[in-house]
Amino acid sequence: MGIDRRKFFKVSGLTALGLAGGSVSKVFSSEDSLGTVAPVRPEGPLTAQRWAMVIDLRKCHEHADCNDCVTACHTTHNVPKWENPKDEVKWIWKESFEHAFHDQEHPYQQESLKHLPALVLCNHCDNPPCVRVCPTGATWKREKDGIVMMDWHRCIGCRYCVVACPYGSRSFNWRDPRPKIQKIQPDYPTRSRGVVEKCTFCDERLARGMLPACVEACKYGAMHFGDLEDPNSNVRELLSERYTIRRKPGLGTNPEVYYIV
Amino acid sequence: MLEKALVGDKRYWTWVISLMAVIGIATLFYLRQYSEGLGVTGLGRDVTWGFYIAQFTFLVGVAASAVMVVLPYYLHDYKAFAKITILGEFLAISAVTMCMTFIFVDMGQPFRIVNVFLYPSPTSMMFWDTVSLSGYMVLNIIISHVTLGAEKQGIAPPKWIKPVIILSIPWAVSIHTVTAFLYAGLGARPFWMTAILAPRFLASAFAAGPALLILFCLILRKVTKFDAGREPVQTLAKIVTYAMAVNVFFVLMEVFTAVYSGIPEHLEHFKFMFLGLEGNSMMAPWMWVSSILAVVSLILLLNPKARRNESWLVVACIAVFMSLWIDKGMALIVTGFVPSVLGAVPTYVPTVTELMISLGIYALGLLMVTVLYKIALSVRGQWVSKKIVETQRSPVKAGS
Repeated sequence: MGIDRRKFFKVSGLTALGLAGGSVSKVFSSEDSLGTVAPVRPEGPLTAQRWAMVIDLRKCHEHADCNDCVTACHTTHNVPKWENPKDEVKWIWKESFEHAFHDQEHPYQQESLKHLPALVLCNHCDNPPCVRVCPTGATWKREKDGIVMMDWHRCIGCRYCVVACPYGSRSFNWRDPRPKIQKIQPDYPTRSRGVVEKCTFCDERLARGMLPACVEACKYGAMHFGDLEDPNSNVRELLSERYTIRRKPGLGTNPEVYYIV
Repeated sequence: MLEKALVGDKRYWTWVISLMAVIGIATLFYLRQYSEGLGVTGLGRDVTWGFYIAQFTFLVGVAASAVMVVLPYYLHDYKAFAKITILGEFLAISAVTMCMTFIFVDMGQPFRIVNVFLYPSPTSMMFWDTVSLSGYMVLNIIISHVTLGAEKQGIAPPKWIKPVIILSIPWAVSIHTVTAFLYAGLGARPFWMTAILAPRFLASAFAAGPALLILFCLILRKVTKFDAGREPVQTLAKIVTYAMAVNVFFVLMEVFTAVYSGIPEHLEHFKFMFLGLEGNSMMAPWMWVSSILAVVSLILLLNPKARRNESWLVVACIAVFMSLWIDKGMALIVTGFVPSVLGAVPTYVPTVTELMISLGIYALGLLMVTVLYKIALSVRGQWVSKKIVETQRSPVKAGS
């Protein structure tokens, strides 16, 4: 426990330093003093009224072997890799269409949909059940842009949010994740065992003016990230032009990840 | 009054020390779980809550059932329960302690549990469950302490305790209602999302709890000078009968809704529970045993002749308790996760660590029941065990 905590402070301190260094570099337009920290864009943080994502599953299907977004996300965020599926921690992953869209599949569906995987991640619901059930406020919807955030230091590990999430998007650290992280990224905290984690739409990258790691990693333009409240945004354009679906819309959670099928 | 628990005969100490030994062993298993994480349990990504939370749910019912003796005695002045009311209250205190311990061992970061109070979150049913359980614990401690204290001094309990007792009645109903709300408000889990969950919880609680109390009364009659008397036991038996009948009726209503509507997300859980799903039929044998026990218990309880015969009553009470323990302490929670939100059919089997820790918590509860019952009966001078009584009564044997 003691070592974990020391390590955490070291890493978070470094992150804070990095962020501070970043803002200084912005003002003085000097070079980033810490090599490990990604540079800050001169335009400042990326902001939106309501972040949303559109995933073009047809493009994913054209490149079924591609796993770039998953790798990018899991490396950036120090997500451990467990062999036993019951211990698994995942922020974004491929799920079969029939699992991801349980209520929208039928036995005579196009072959491509039936067998090819759909990318799934936290839906950053407008009406998130996980937030409603959390007994400590360790997960909450950020007012300014709708991102469902997670505080690993307040989380008591009761897993009520995992039970309440209709999408299986939340992971619990059943064991100490650190030995299972392939290469620890010093500019992102690691977690201790016994807490819940999930995708945060890369809030830490947005703050530095960068797109989410998965979106940036996608070579085929299958992932689009933008402001839902801005009528001229990329996501609004796609949503108005294409037929899109969402996962379990009937539950009233109002998921903010849309799929072009 | 606690000093009464510190004196006892050999049999008492053997029992107490055996329970402590079990608790000690369980603590070692818990230390392992604490250092390695909840990965040492059978729980995982898909089945996120299991044996611990199920025991918690079952025991909230046992705690709430104290109201079945408190209400007739204090609200209807039903004198026959005078002797056993304190036993109900002490059972409630022990059950709530077990509930809290089960929650504690299920936490990923148990020492952060204080965050529930530091950052109170009224939208969370878990917050309200914490409030109602702790409140119920405090109420029962105050009530039992004050009434037993008065009994010890041979005076009537102070007047102010009456409203506290009256408050404890709806409060008992609240603990199990809020516990049902933990599950019943989740759109992600159609198996639990049924308005009848809270009524069903209460019905099963009011059957299992009094059944346990009957068994305790009969055990106490065997091992101590305390005799609850025939009438209170028979009245408790009637309560068990009604509650069990209502519980079975509620379960059948749930089965009807799921089966007749045929909506897969409701039906699949019942299929898993009674028949098995995609080759996973781990729950089915248990559920059939539970159903058979329920039917057997009802046949015995509904038949006045069998119910009035204390030997058959014991069989019926054990059947009720076991049937409901399987239903609530095993099936109800796990089935909510099978199939999972993604349609997978996961397997969950509690590990030895999990079972040992649970056994330790039950031993802790039994230890509390023993100590508290010892105190209650010692105050009344009824604890002295049968053997000693017999020796005292036969001076010839003692003198020779």
